[in-house]
Amino acid sequence: MSDRDSQPSPTDDFIKGLWRENPVFVQVLGMCPTLAVSNSAINALAMGMATCFVLVMSSVLVSSLRRIIPPQVRIASYILIIATFVTVVDYLLQAISLPLHQALGAFVSLIVVNCIILGRAEAFASRNTVTRSLLDGAGMGLGFAFGLLCLGGVRELLGSGSLFGLMLLPHSFERWTVMLLPSGGFFTLGVWLLVINGFKRRGTRTREVSA
Amino acid sequence: MNTIELPNQSSWPMLRAMVGIGVVCAVLIVGVFQITAAPIAQNQAELLDQAIVSLFPAANNKRAYLATANAELNAQDAKQKTATPVYAVFDAQQQLLGFAIKAQGMGYQDTIQLLYGYAPEHEAIIGIKILSSRETPGLGDRIGKEKTFLKNFERLSVALTRDKGNIINRIESVKTGSKTQPWQIDSISGATISSRAVADILAASTAHWIPELAQQLERFEINNKRPSDE
Repeated sequence: MSDRDSQPSPTDDFIKGLWRENPVFVQVLGMCPTLAVSNSAINALAMGMATCFVLVMSSVLVSSLRRIIPPQVRIASYILIIATFVTVVDYLLQAISLPLHQALGAFVSLIVVNCIILGRAEAFASRNTVTRSLLDGAGMGLGFAFGLLCLGGVRELLGSGSLFGLMLLPHSFERWTVMLLPSGGFFTLGVWLLVINGFKRRGTRTREVSA
Repeated sequence: MNTIELPNQSSWPMLRAMVGIGVVCAVLIVGVFQITAAPIAQNQAELLDQAIVSLFPAANNKRAYLATANAELNAQDAKQKTATPVYAVFDAQQQLLGFAIKAQGMGYQDTIQLLYGYAPEHEAIIGIKILSSRETPGLGDRIGKEKTFLKNFERLSVALTRDKGNIINRIESVKTGSKTQPWQIDSISGATISSRAVADILAASTAHWIPELAQQLERFEINNKRPSDE
């Protein structure tokens, strides 16, 4: 697979965001919502899906308009497109569940300035076909949602003793309140980065040995 | 011109792209707003209804009132959202159970919005329901969950002076476990600021509304014998 960079397969466009270039664990982008709303698994999932939706839709639109957007006004156009889909998501979330919308608070509107989305529009969607941009957006979006879920799951389990609101740990387990606070987000992210980088390093080492 | 050739782009494509995208986006946003407006309004109404039923389990009918400039309470269309309304709550026999009143104020991080039930016959608040808050998860947000804290509001005294002009004792928050009077609120240890915020919100709102409602109580009973004919 030495020619992967010259001729990327559609699967690779999709897969790379999930693992090799995961926005949370590898690119370390979009940390503001990652740390702020990952205090429960359901919040993390909702935020991840909202971001994923905006990412896919804006990637598709940016990619399909890439020939008619002059480079001088591209940032303004991308921001306009992204802001539109964020507003759409905001209304849809309110229509689906008001309590969920309240739990996510200001962070839904802040998807506009999430650097993953503008980054993918600028670096990928504006240069590639609609299909490839769709796959890239979906991969990155799901990768982001996966990262958030990893954080949200651990934080909810240790902080509230539950997962998706389902009580898992007995009441005798002393809850780690710090996990629900912003500092808990940093701790959890740090531990996950440690674990995932450890995995990756071991992977490269085995590959080197076998080669 | 034998210098480097700059792309001599006219401004037309730029204008066209920006205006075109703007129009498409505007249509999309307005369209989605139109589609979701009804479900969102319904969600909000449901949330309010649930909150009112949790305060008055026998509630059967509610009517929204709005204080006008001359301090009179006028029946209000429930969909109109111009100001903080007061809801008069009736049971199945059309007897006035009490009032559900929205109040808000600054919490630890952001505005806390709550609904409280006032029962004139007990001269007391009979419960609160936090409608929205951004208090710290695990600490401040216990104001809406902790049973021992919510017990404070099951019969929180807002007794009025004889002329019904003022509340005798302002609602106040006290240290955890030191509640001695019926108008005091036992704070949550670890969430003192949020507890005090709830007490302050209630104190400010009751000082305004309770005398007003008590003075006009007859209006609700005479004018609203059949609130169902709304």
